[in-house]
Amino acid sequence: MPEVLVPTPLRPYTGNQARLRVEGETVGQALDALVRRHPDLRSHLYGEDGALRNFVNVYVGEEDIRYRQQEDTVVAPDEEISIVPSVAGGIEALAEAPPIEFSNEEIRRYSRHLIMPEVTLGGQRKLKAANVLLVGAGGLGSPLALYLAAAGVGRVGIVDHDVVDESNLQRQVLHGTRDVGRPKLESARDRLHDVNPHIVVETHETRLTSANALELLADYDIVADGTDNFPTRYLVNDACVLLGKPNVYASIFRFDGQASVFGAPGGPCYRCLYPEPPPPGLVPSCAEGGVLGVLPGLLGTIQATETIKLILGIGEPLVGRLLLIDALGLTFRTLQLRKDPSCPVCGENPTLQELIDYEQFCGIGTVQDGRISSDIEEITVLELRAAMDRGDDVTLLDVRERHEWQICHIDGGQLLPLSELQARMHELDTSRTYYVHCKSGVRSAEAIERLQEAGFTRLKNVAGGIAAWAEQIDPTMPTY
Amino acid sequence: MKIQLENGVLQQVQAHAESGYPAEVCGFLLGSLDLEKREIRVEGGRPATNERVDAAHRRYLIEPAEYRTAEREATDAGTQIVGIYHSHPDAPAEPSTFDLTHAWPNQVYIIVSVNHGAAGDLKGWVLTHDRQSFNQVKISDYDARRSPARVEGATCLRF
Repeated sequence: MPEVLVPTPLRPYTGNQARLRVEGETVGQALDALVRRHPDLRSHLYGEDGALRNFVNVYVGEEDIRYRQQEDTVVAPDEEISIVPSVAGGIEALAEAPPIEFSNEEIRRYSRHLIMPEVTLGGQRKLKAANVLLVGAGGLGSPLALYLAAAGVGRVGIVDHDVVDESNLQRQVLHGTRDVGRPKLESARDRLHDVNPHIVVETHETRLTSANALELLADYDIVADGTDNFPTRYLVNDACVLLGKPNVYASIFRFDGQASVFGAPGGPCYRCLYPEPPPPGLVPSCAEGGVLGVLPGLLGTIQATETIKLILGIGEPLVGRLLLIDALGLTFRTLQLRKDPSCPVCGENPTLQELIDYEQFCGIGTVQDGRISSDIEEITVLELRAAMDRGDDVTLLDVRERHEWQICHIDGGQLLPLSELQARMHELDTSRTYYVHCKSGVRSAEAIERLQEAGFTRLKNVAGGIAAWAEQIDPTMPTY
Repeated sequence: MKIQLENGVLQQVQAHAESGYPAEVCGFLLGSLDLEKREIRVEGGRPATNERVDAAHRRYLIEPAEYRTAEREATDAGTQIVGIYHSHPDAPAEPSTFDLTHAWPNQVYIIVSVNHGAAGDLKGWVLTHDRQSFNQVKISDYDARRSPARVEGATCLRF
């Protein structure tokens, strides 16, 4: 006869016996024999539905019967059956709230979830009870918001303070052509309510700052970071660590993306991966470097997947792992991330106990000012137009790349892309005057610095670049 | 059920709860259970790993494998697992319905409330035999004062 090992809490019901021999060829038969002999055990082992309670684990030898044939697992007469508690509990954050019910319409809507054993009505309730904050309603925030809303996440908060621009529509599928000019939050709310009228959409029309982040995030269970800049990314990370909230992260650039889950207890944070931000200007933003429109779709849906897994408590979240996606080669790589014991925010002796000035931390404002140094002369587009009308003996030098020149250019200009400047500098004449422009004035300032180093002296930077020209001089010119 | 605690156990539980804040921490209480006297003696605590990385600020879970190890080691040391302690970060030391549905009988559940990183209220609970509720049990000689050094350490996550 197999022997059953009874855990301490249940021994009072077996006359204080730790080991009992019972009849049975399967685990189910053996446990049934045990419960018939000691009926007080029943309510602690089995729920009202007659199934083993989910915190009652049964092992045959060293193996959990869940990985064998459950209660049909065959036991040899010399084998040992152990009843092993898993111990669970916690604050009932949801207990005080009214019980979560679903209308028939919601049941129909979520039916593909409800029939999955990993979700069921219980999981759908977790989704409905969940509060998720999306930072940004842009490229990543769009698929995130749409899928979380569709999945039935009960309360979706969005922080954004931007207005829908035509250049957003190539990837920000939350917004449509008719929304151009509207605040992104208004368009997001309309779209999400259309996707799922059973959820609450909370809009926070503000810039996330050190002053408001803790208060804003405190109201949510999970934060999904869809920001496009380093100061906000560090701000979201630090606020999540300080508040103990998981931060579902992704970022994208051109054809590459990365994703992880930071700030989970025991797991690393963004600072463990990147302790310091890159120097300003080194990593271009999507506005400068471009991004394949579908890429945020890929990464945003991964963020939505991770968020839903965290809410349901299923699978292996990307905690301690960094997923790297290369859309051109279509390769997915996963790097293991370790928690940095010396991390200033989540390490063993954190030095950072409150939010800081993240613009300053990322060096924004300082280097930018220094870069356009005072020894670069500037002219406005109005002055440029006047000089061209007068027929001044100057050359307008466009240092943008060829594919930008194809979109639009100022007639009479000469194209010499910044990337080719060093190699083709000999084509220029040091005795001539050059008015240099790019898209907005930053690259042209860099070109002027290089030309100055090479001995050119008669140089002026066109302030605001071709974007200012299109705005002030030639409204028919396409902008990008 | 009467609960007797050795000196230092509560302090150990509080220190663990503070160090883990804002996550929930959990651990085993080791000692002996005397059914005739209806008395649980708690001689020491043993921290456990909270496996609920997804929602550790309001949930805890001790995996069965860890329970088995703890139970074996307790048996070898001549003691038993007589209860579980866990923290309620920024919530009262009252058992939740989640605690109730997942509770084991004949065990003492010690819940310590941790407010902004500092351990506060601490209460003991025992499941009724019909599994319908918890009875609060008196934890004897509980001294709420803590050493200043520990409070100092716990402030690192306050804001």
